[in-house]
Amino acid sequence: MMAADLSPLVLLGGGPDGWGPALLAAAMLTLAVAAAAMAIGTVLGAALTAALMSRRRWLARAAATYGLILRGVPELLVVLLLYFGAPGLLASLAALMGSPAPGSPPAFLTGCLAIGLVSAAYQAEVFRGGLLAVPPGQIEAAIAAGMGPFTRLRRIIAPQVLHRVLPPLGNIWQFNLKDSALVSITGLAELMRVSLVAAGSTRRPFLFFAAAMVLYLVLTSASSALFRLVETRGQRWAGGR
Amino acid sequence: MNEEIAFLTVTALAIVRALPVTVVLALTSALGASAVAVALVAAQATRVGRPLAQVWIFVFRGTPLLLQLFMVYYGLAAVGPIRHGLLWPLFRDPLFCAFAAMTCCCSAYIAEVLRAAWQAIPPGQVEAAQACGMSRWTRVRRVIAPQMLRLALPAYGNELVMLIKSTSLASTITVLDVTGVAQTLIAHSYRTLEVFCLAAAVYLGLTAGLTALLRRIERNLERGTGR
Repeated sequence: MMAADLSPLVLLGGGPDGWGPALLAAAMLTLAVAAAAMAIGTVLGAALTAALMSRRRWLARAAATYGLILRGVPELLVVLLLYFGAPGLLASLAALMGSPAPGSPPAFLTGCLAIGLVSAAYQAEVFRGGLLAVPPGQIEAAIAAGMGPFTRLRRIIAPQVLHRVLPPLGNIWQFNLKDSALVSITGLAELMRVSLVAAGSTRRPFLFFAAAMVLYLVLTSASSALFRLVETRGQRWAGGR
Repeated sequence: MNEEIAFLTVTALAIVRALPVTVVLALTSALGASAVAVALVAAQATRVGRPLAQVWIFVFRGTPLLLQLFMVYYGLAAVGPIRHGLLWPLFRDPLFCAFAAMTCCCSAYIAEVLRAAWQAIPPGQVEAAQACGMSRWTRVRRVIAPQMLRLALPAYGNELVMLIKSTSLASTITVLDVTGVAQTLIAHSYRTLEVFCLAAAVYLGLTAGLTALLRRIERNLERGTGR
């Protein structure tokens, strides 16, 4: 039986002709790409924030330039650059250390790194905004009260910064989720890629792109609901002090 | 060394020749998206239009632009009434499909920006305008629109920068814009880093130019308020 004649329910179901399980697994991979990119972005973004607020001029300027470039260049270009450029870069690194060329790195890694590098530039701005919102007098008071740097971070800075940073971080998470679709061009079997493959092999592009849209909508709206829950919890906790 | 310079010059020329495609796509979709966004905000003030506008915004903000592009270019082509209808010459053209998808997608984001600006206008002003006997259209023209323009401009500018960057996705549906030409050049020369850096420089120039322009407009607008 030709796939073009099958009913949408069969095509999207779990039977031998159905793409349902593959699409769901792909949605999970999309989630994993976005989460890994978010984690990379948070670590690198925090480092960038520290650099941005550093007293060393050259360090602050380098971090600002990084942000300017990564926020001004299309995400697609970053993904393409890492995907096409990484094997050559790895090969020259390996040549420097005298070992044979390791071949191309896994698509998952380059994809997460590309989205994460962009995410870091946006997260650094968010963290900096959050830190600037803590009045310097509070830090001075904490120092005067004899708090160590870790206690200051835990008791004074983190609660206030987290509270301010959570809503914009939620926005960045949404962008990471949607940008993860760009990783499909590297061949990684995430949601965009699998819907493209399914559309090609069944010749039902409308059906499968619509299904992918629904799955993306589930991911984005479920995660925004989750973020809103954490925000209201956080507010209650902050108000209950 | 000479060969390197010759390669860079040829590459840069090829990329610059693709610049009009990127600029035209960005300009037309910016205009289209802004018009649709205004319609969406206006629709949200009516009882019938409100849920429709909300669904539009929910769908286009919640899914990746890449998927929307593929839906318009490949998905709609498989739908009978479009394939055999009067609009087929339009939907056969990848550049038009890119324009259509970007207009829909960016209109949703811009509508949210405009709505936020609308809500930031103190309701007392609108009530005062009503009390003065201004009609609805006069209120929009004299009280609401000028303030919305000023309030929305920074966020609107961010959306336009995003829009310029997302024009690069059109290369995935065979449009030969800056990114598309860059990919073709890499396929021929295998010089990834040089070609992508040149393309990145073009986008950086565009986004930086737009940011500078917007900042100048913002300053001009603020001069009128005495702040």
